[in-house]
Amino acid sequence: MDLYSFLIQLLNGIQYGLLLFLVASGLTLIFGIMGIINLAHGSFYMVGAYMAFSLAALTGSLFVAVVLGSVLCVLLGIALEWALFSRLYQRDHLEQVLLTYGLILVFEELRSLIVGNDVHSVAVPDLFNWSIPLTDTLSYPVYRLFMSAVCIVLAVLLYLLIARTRLGMMIRAGASNREMVQALGINIKLVYRLVFALGVALAAFAGMIAAPVSSVYPGMGTGVLIICFVVVVIGGIGSIWGALFASLLIGLADTFGQVLLPEAAGVIVYVLMAVILLWRPEGLFRRV
Amino acid sequence: MTRGGIALSGALLLTCLFPFVAATFYTELATKVMILAIFALSLDLLVGYTGLVSFGHAAYFGVGAYALGLLAPKYEAANLWLTLPAAVLFAGLAALAVGALVVRVKGIYFIMVTLAFAQMFYFVFHDTKFGRGSDGISINVKPVAAIGSLVPFDLGNSTHVYFLILAALVGVFVFLRLLLRSPFGRALQGICSNEQRMRSLGFPVYRYKLASFAIAGALAGLAGYLSALQFGFVNPELLSWHQSGNVLLMLILGGLGTLYGAVVGAFAFVAMEEIFSSLTTHWQLLLGATIIALVLALPGGLASVKNRFRRTLVGETDVD
Repeated sequence: MDLYSFLIQLLNGIQYGLLLFLVASGLTLIFGIMGIINLAHGSFYMVGAYMAFSLAALTGSLFVAVVLGSVLCVLLGIALEWALFSRLYQRDHLEQVLLTYGLILVFEELRSLIVGNDVHSVAVPDLFNWSIPLTDTLSYPVYRLFMSAVCIVLAVLLYLLIARTRLGMMIRAGASNREMVQALGINIKLVYRLVFALGVALAAFAGMIAAPVSSVYPGMGTGVLIICFVVVVIGGIGSIWGALFASLLIGLADTFGQVLLPEAAGVIVYVLMAVILLWRPEGLFRRV
Repeated sequence: MTRGGIALSGALLLTCLFPFVAATFYTELATKVMILAIFALSLDLLVGYTGLVSFGHAAYFGVGAYALGLLAPKYEAANLWLTLPAAVLFAGLAALAVGALVVRVKGIYFIMVTLAFAQMFYFVFHDTKFGRGSDGISINVKPVAAIGSLVPFDLGNSTHVYFLILAALVGVFVFLRLLLRSPFGRALQGICSNEQRMRSLGFPVYRYKLASFAIAGALAGLAGYLSALQFGFVNPELLSWHQSGNVLLMLILGGLGTLYGAVVGAFAFVAMEEIFSSLTTHWQLLLGATIIALVLALPGGLASVKNRFRRTLVGETDVD
């Protein structure tokens, strides 16, 4: 592997890792703050990707589709939290698992009813539809760089939101003591609803910007969900930093695994998880 | 005889008569129910009696099924008495290996990690040459149940298969009943209701949980083997997480921690599947909606096990 192919794989790995972070951060936030295990989180990624496909076809522009889709997904998140998830907070994990499992089946079938079971590709916007030449034969698509940049911006915004704003303070307080926060006169239900909608929107947004690279296909949510579980287990539940670190680790391990050990590529991330479990069963980053 | 005992014997009698009055289709459907019942029973040991919610139990079902697929020679019949124990052994060993890692973690972690490892098994069979890819393996020649030159029953005959699997179901049921009444089983139930206390009493909790995980895996392997025997082919879908979700659903439908609930749940699940899929090709939509409605409508339905779960899953300890 020469320097340029190494560089390409490195960038791909980072880009994949950052994308995973967007999905996994929502998963870990929803668990860390509301104590809910959400199996349907991957479905939001799938919903996002299909929204990008349908809305881009409808409006003719991926940017419009992403903006519109994000708004719709925030609304979807609020509606789901109101109708279903708000009833799950005091329930045990087994019921949460079952309900969200049912939700996956519903989302997959609705997807099949509305869009069908075909694989669709989504066009890269013209603005980013070019590549940076590295050597005579190798080049790097600008859209992937753009994706990474957007993910980094979102990660920074997420950090600022949680660490530096009043809302973030409420979120952190709500994670450690729900009753106390309520007693202080903060509407914790509203905070939960916002966090849930934020998680849904992050996952869906990841699906939307990934659609031109990965295309949209049935079952795409499940794959991402399970990898995100691996990310959360490695990073430590409830830890945003852990999710970021583990996402990049998994992104790089998976990307380089596919190049260097194609036979074992599907298994590498799980082996990594097994090693971390042996070494630190609580995950690399304890909850902050 | 207790009322429960009478009900059980009555049910058993009816089950024995069933293949003589029902059409072959229904005999085969009932066979499928019994296989799933064995699968659900194996998970009940884990979820209902040890308090470990596994969302990856299909992996061991799949390992058992693949054991027959891989061990069966291409143009000859495999021997039931050799391949069956091998399948149970492989599934048990796979569960032992995974269990050694996963029983170290608790609650929500446990759910995620079991699911992730099950997915790893899925990829092993789906992506490698060893597992022959997504098409799976068809078992061209039905295995035989020969002991030397004696062949006590014919595995090509659906009534014979029905009784073989009924015997397996009764065997597993009785085995679990005895296991749960043994000191080992009592200890598992103790761990389920209060792990801290069991630990302070000096029980090696880790080893008990691991043993439970391995036994449950081995029994799931038995169910997987029987499924491969009945349908004559195996594919990676047997290990898919839908399978893990469905078996958990069966258990909840029938009731956790009762053993017979697993059997009832398997029956209810197959009935639901048959009815919904006769209505529409998008029957999973109905299934999903039913699951959601069930969880929302029955907040107290799982109440009896609720407290037990909260303690073992979240790691809260008893106050009294």
